Amino acid sequence: MSEGLYTFVSLDLPALLALVFASVACGLMGNFLVLRRLSLMGDAIAHAVLPGIVLAFLVMMALGRPDQARHPLVMTLGAAASGVVTVLLVETIRRLGRVETGAAMGVAFSIMFALGVLMLEQAAAHQTDLDAECVLYGQLETIFWFPPRQTADLLTFGALSQAPRQVWTLALAAGGVILLVTLFYKELRIAAFDPALATTLGFSARLLHYAQMTVVAVAAVAAFEAVGSILVIALIICPAACARLLTDRLLSQLLVSVAVAVGASVAGYTLGAHAPLWLGAEHSLNAAGSVAVTLGAALTLAIIAAPRHGVVARRLRLFRLAVEVAREDALGLLHRAEEQGLGGLPRVALLATLDAGLAGRLGLRGAVRRGLVSIRNGECRLTDAGRDAARSLVRRHRLWETYLVEHGARPDHVHGPAERLEHARGAGDRAIEPTIDADHDPHGRPIPR
Amino acid sequence: MTAALAHPRPAEADAPLSTRPEHSADSPLSIHALTVAYHRKPVVWDVDYDAPVGSLVAIVGPNGAGKSTVIKACLGLVPRAAGRVEFWGQPYRRVRRRVGYVPQRESVDWDFPVSALDVVAMGRYGRIGWVRPVTRAHRVAALECLERVGMRQYANRQISMLSGGQQQRVFLARALAQEADLYFMDEPFAGVDAATERAIVEVLRDLKSQGCTVIVVHHDLQTVPEYFDEALLLNMRVVAHGPVAEVFTRENLVKTYGGRLTALSEAADALAHADRRAS
Repeated sequence: MSEGLYTFVSLDLPALLALVFASVACGLMGNFLVLRRLSLMGDAIAHAVLPGIVLAFLVMMALGRPDQARHPLVMTLGAAASGVVTVLLVETIRRLGRVETGAAMGVAFSIMFALGVLMLEQAAAHQTDLDAECVLYGQLETIFWFPPRQTADLLTFGALSQAPRQVWTLALAAGGVILLVTLFYKELRIAAFDPALATTLGFSARLLHYAQMTVVAVAAVAAFEAVGSILVIALIICPAACARLLTDRLLSQLLVSVAVAVGASVAGYTLGAHAPLWLGAEHSLNAAGSVAVTLGAALTLAIIAAPRHGVVARRLRLFRLAVEVAREDALGLLHRAEEQGLGGLPRVALLATLDAGLAGRLGLRGAVRRGLVSIRNGECRLTDAGRDAARSLVRRHRLWETYLVEHGARPDHVHGPAERLEHARGAGDRAIEPTIDADHDPHGRPIPR
Repeated sequence: MTAALAHPRPAEADAPLSTRPEHSADSPLSIHALTVAYHRKPVVWDVDYDAPVGSLVAIVGPNGAGKSTVIKACLGLVPRAAGRVEFWGQPYRRVRRRVGYVPQRESVDWDFPVSALDVVAMGRYGRIGWVRPVTRAHRVAALECLERVGMRQYANRQISMLSGGQQQRVFLARALAQEADLYFMDEPFAGVDAATERAIVEVLRDLKSQGCTVIVVHHDLQTVPEYFDEALLLNMRVVAHGPVAEVFTRENLVKTYGGRLTALSEAADALAHADRRAS
């Protein structure tokens, strides 16, 4: 194995593996929290595992078993217990304090975290490497693996058993979460969508809620030591929120969230480790921090550019609608001009009346392209096809005016609403027309047939 | 021993409600002395009711009368402060599969990433049981239920892309997928279009013809005589219950709705309607 590859395997690979497993464990569970509008619960639990871990540590020290004090099982039990306590605390504060769930969660997790910090100072008296800094940022940079130099020996039992404990713990957590979500996919789905029905069918929503929170707590504690609480929170919420914007089915949401989490972890780690050096800086960045920032960037990108729910897509849909409306309005204006004995309208005047800016110009161009309007020497005229389309639009407008007046609106108040209703589309994208029989609108103008 | 003598337990305390004279033996639903409280404040008081087999029952009453609460208490979704509920003489947990439920439409998040078919398939989950996946046969059954409410062509549409009425029909199809004998429906007619209302009524009559009992929280007094056989007039307590023709009287409605003018004029319309039907 070359020197460069060996450095990668012993330094970067363990950190990357820890990140990927943490992404899977936290990212998957995050979906159910985000869907149930309990995102803050992930935040609460990620903070609240701290007192559990420290308490477990102190108990083992008090029992005279310092060698066991940082055993993963001990820490997991402590964290799971304090996770459940937090969930109960949130319930209790919400019920007795009569505050909304968000406020209850905020109160619960800040109290639990503060308690953890106080206990941490106690633990520091035992000269441990548990400290507030690693609680927040994790210690990805301190995970090493010194495997045999021969590539062929890497996957032997001896070499793998030397792999860092955090990586193994996280691998186990990730595998466990995948297994549970696969097994209980149906139950998790119904409990998230309709807890009442789930309960009546025998899948107690309450039981599933506590089970989920326990799994979140276990995933959080497994990830916590390696990646820190900030990244745990980001991993729970960001990938799921991204996937929510990109998909319309639960299964694809789960898969996309995992892909986003893993992708952002690898990209964030690589950028954090190498980008500053490329830019000539002396030190690389904190890995957990750069991954969390990458996750934030991914979510920002999804909010802006998601194909259906993104800001750009929504704006674009509205703009297309405006172009369509302007196209129809142009026909309507030309029809009314013909009614008044004018053959057509100057293009400039037509666009100024439409008053729709770019959408107006594009709408008129669309009408010309469809052969509804012809422009000669700057004068717009309806073609025969255009006249038919315009007639049906004006008919709808005047029918709607008549309809509104028949239903009690004052005649001088109906033009505006009719101006919008004439563009309304129903099933199969067909225009909607009120079913009434009238020859003239409330202003005495004829309703075209 | 002395304590037991001082407070003798009535012999029938543990016997099924159906063995008591005031409750009928084959009733799909027997409610006895049901009281429910939120924050120690009672919202439903001492409700007694027996639903007849194969009938359509409307629970009617003003806002806050506890209509939904009665249903939820029957299904164990809110704790009972007192009273008992039995289904065919058995507690709910023994007969889950025979009882279907349509919650209020607003009770769920319609942006949830599932298709109409996924939602209807949820009605089968009780039959499928823990851990086992939804099989093809269950999806076919769910598709047939969508067909019955005229929604088959929307099976693969995400539920947020459906209109309110279509969403309600998906909920109805989900209840049909439960293949139950007794159904609870919480305001299925609220805010739906005419086509959906017709579809719901058709399904209700269909269920009745199969011998099912359907208990519906209903807010539109005018349609009670037309759609339902039985009415349970509720305002925290039961004001009256029985066949619509007998209990849907001006006197009972005044008692149920108190002096609320709008409700009373609605009630007058409903009465006039009922009279026309009778004559």
